[in-house]
Amino acid sequence: MNSTITIEEKALDVMYKHGRAAFPDECCGFLYGNEKEGRFIELAIPVTNSKEGDQRRRFEISPLDYMKAERYALENDTTLLGVYHTHPQHPAIASVHDLEKAMPYFSYVIISVMDGKEADVKSWKLYDDKREFYEEQVNTPVIK
Amino acid sequence: MAKIIIPTPLRKFTNNESTFETSGNTVKEAIQELTTTHGGLAKHLLDVNNNIRSFIRIYVGDDDINTLEKDATAVSDNAVISIIPAIAGGIA
Repeated sequence: MNSTITIEEKALDVMYKHGRAAFPDECCGFLYGNEKEGRFIELAIPVTNSKEGDQRRRFEISPLDYMKAERYALENDTTLLGVYHTHPQHPAIASVHDLEKAMPYFSYVIISVMDGKEADVKSWKLYDDKREFYEEQVNTPVIK
Repeated sequence: MAKIIIPTPLRKFTNNESTFETSGNTVKEAIQELTTTHGGLAKHLLDVNNNIRSFIRIYVGDDDINTLEKDATAVSDNAVISIIPAIAGGIA
């Protein structure tokens, strides 16, 4: 699949700062933007990792936070395009746990955080006709 | 009629409509009506036994139907039903 996602610098910055602050736990948030000329992420909004148990290996977003995210998109004339989360001390490769509950259409942006600092970012999306991820090409400012 | 809010990732199966009006009297009837009208939704919302998938949460207003009467929860005329996909994952 040939698919590209562009992430604006300020959105990426929010994700990186969130990843550093939460390290060594995983963190997560929602991604908003438009699809006028390809998928374009303008805004990242952090949400609470509501996973009970080991947050170093798992994240979860509560149903109420999800409802709020949909409402935010409607009220602000934007589109909920995906979710980001971090993989502390692990590569930005989607895992079986990421695939298990993935929804179509959403971009699943994963940031690898190594020793407390972002090291890589990748984005994953479900195929339309099967429950498998393919990697989207991410256009971002270069990690310094 | 009650209204079902379609989550963004599933709107491609409802011709991009964000809401669906239903005359179902229970959550199960409402979801059945939705998946009959928009067939592509069924595999994402229902399991092989036609029950709502475990990773899909349904709220009526601000209440999780799992705290009410599950899919037998009654739906009033002006009810708002939200379909909420579980968002979760993590490292291998």
